[in-house]
Amino acid sequence: MSLEFITKYLPLYEKAAWLTVRIGFAGVVLSIVIGLLCAAIQYYRIPVLSGLTAVYIELSRNTPLLGTLMTWKNPFIKAVLRVYLEIIRIMPQMVLLFLVFFGTTRAFGWDLSGESASVIVFSLWGTAEMSDLVRGALISIPLHQYESGEALGLSKVQIYRYIVVPQTLRRLIPLSINLITRMIKTTSLVLMIGVVEILKVAQQIIEANRTASPNAAFGIYLVVFLLYFFACWPISVAARYLEKRWR
Amino acid sequence: MAGPLLQDVPGQDIACGQALLTMEHVTKRFEESLILDDISLTIQKGEVIVLVGSSGCGKSTMLRCINALEPIQGGIIRLGEEQIDPKSRGLTSIRQKIGMVFQSYELFPHMTVLDNILLEPMKVQKRKKADITEEAVILLERVGLKEKAGCFPRQLSGGQKQRVAIVRALCMHPELMLFDEVTAALDPEMVREVLDVILALAAQGRTMLIVTHEMQFARAVADRVLFLDKGKIIENAPPEEFFENPKTERAKQFLNTFSFETVKGKDK
Repeated sequence: MSLEFITKYLPLYEKAAWLTVRIGFAGVVLSIVIGLLCAAIQYYRIPVLSGLTAVYIELSRNTPLLGTLMTWKNPFIKAVLRVYLEIIRIMPQMVLLFLVFFGTTRAFGWDLSGESASVIVFSLWGTAEMSDLVRGALISIPLHQYESGEALGLSKVQIYRYIVVPQTLRRLIPLSINLITRMIKTTSLVLMIGVVEILKVAQQIIEANRTASPNAAFGIYLVVFLLYFFACWPISVAARYLEKRWR
Repeated sequence: MAGPLLQDVPGQDIACGQALLTMEHVTKRFEESLILDDISLTIQKGEVIVLVGSSGCGKSTMLRCINALEPIQGGIIRLGEEQIDPKSRGLTSIRQKIGMVFQSYELFPHMTVLDNILLEPMKVQKRKKADITEEAVILLERVGLKEKAGCFPRQLSGGQKQRVAIVRALCMHPELMLFDEVTAALDPEMVREVLDVILALAAQGRTMLIVTHEMQFARAVADRVLFLDKGKIIENAPPEEFFENPKTERAKQFLNTFSFETVKGKDK
């Protein structure tokens, strides 16, 4: 495979790579934000509908934390989130893609672009898994840590800010990096709903050159590998840096 | 149960000093079981009280109630004039007057020793970092841990962690210190280093309520020993009296578990 071969197709690759990054990035960001919210809703007495004032009152009132953690105010939402998580976990991502892309057209007559359908699916998936990771990290923090903070006279908000959240984040990093890289790699599936991403471009190039250079596939897939590598590697590096810094 | 039920009736010794902590008819239940049964107790400023009793008798729960980590079902606990109530608005400010040290240290693992100590004075009391650092370093030096200020808790031994936990509690300038079996998880030599710190605090005239299973230490440090059984204070006496002439059978039984009769040369 010659160099001009690469330069010739570079714009195609570039476009596809950006698309992958866009879907992956949007999916990851939405997952983290909504996932954290879901976890918080599941595990703290946050009255979802009555808004921020209620949250503030709940947090600033100093009832013992044990009670807060044990009494769950909204079993309905908790059950809904649980079912949601189970469904997402069981369903293959490809089925979800088909459901959202074709299913919504069928059922509601929506005309979703392949890209938006992908972002929706990746957010749904990531949110479910992320909220479960956060839940796991949160319950792994011993109750004694909360009590120790309480005994020091810290307010509830301060206990979360200085003690619980930092420790949860530290535990969350290796877990979420795993999820994020998995999500980026899985963007290759979106070619199934007609989105032209890296893998699709690679296939197109191979097809186009089947007669001219039948052995180009190796080189082309090598480029695919490199593109995914450079999408995921910085994330691993950043995670390792954070883990080291936070020890 | 044999022997008189000796209760520390409020007012009994208020005359001889300033009462710092008052408990009046405090009752604590976990669902059906009664953990603290009508406890009344007064602790004067500067007094060192040691609380002993078999496990499950409610000692730790009593300390936790005093620091409002557990709600009580009846009675009143007061620190000075202020009532301690898990629901009260001023709870965090009362808690700052009570330093508590736990059996399992409970340092915050993601912070250095110094940051552990500085967290509360900086964030809650909003004191100047330089001032507290100075104080923290002096206290750390006093407990022999000055060079560990930059270490993380996991780099310390159990005894060292416990001494840091004590310094952390001291740095918020509490009026009352609560020690909840602080040496129960330590090796004998580490027990010593931690108890020495507490003895030094007693010598400074700090008001302390100590739960411990170290009877020798209890004897050395206590102004009064309370013996708790089934949620009631059944002995309340100076250490000499308690250890030499316990009034109740239950206390005698309890104290006997700490001495061993020799079995060597018995059948010769």
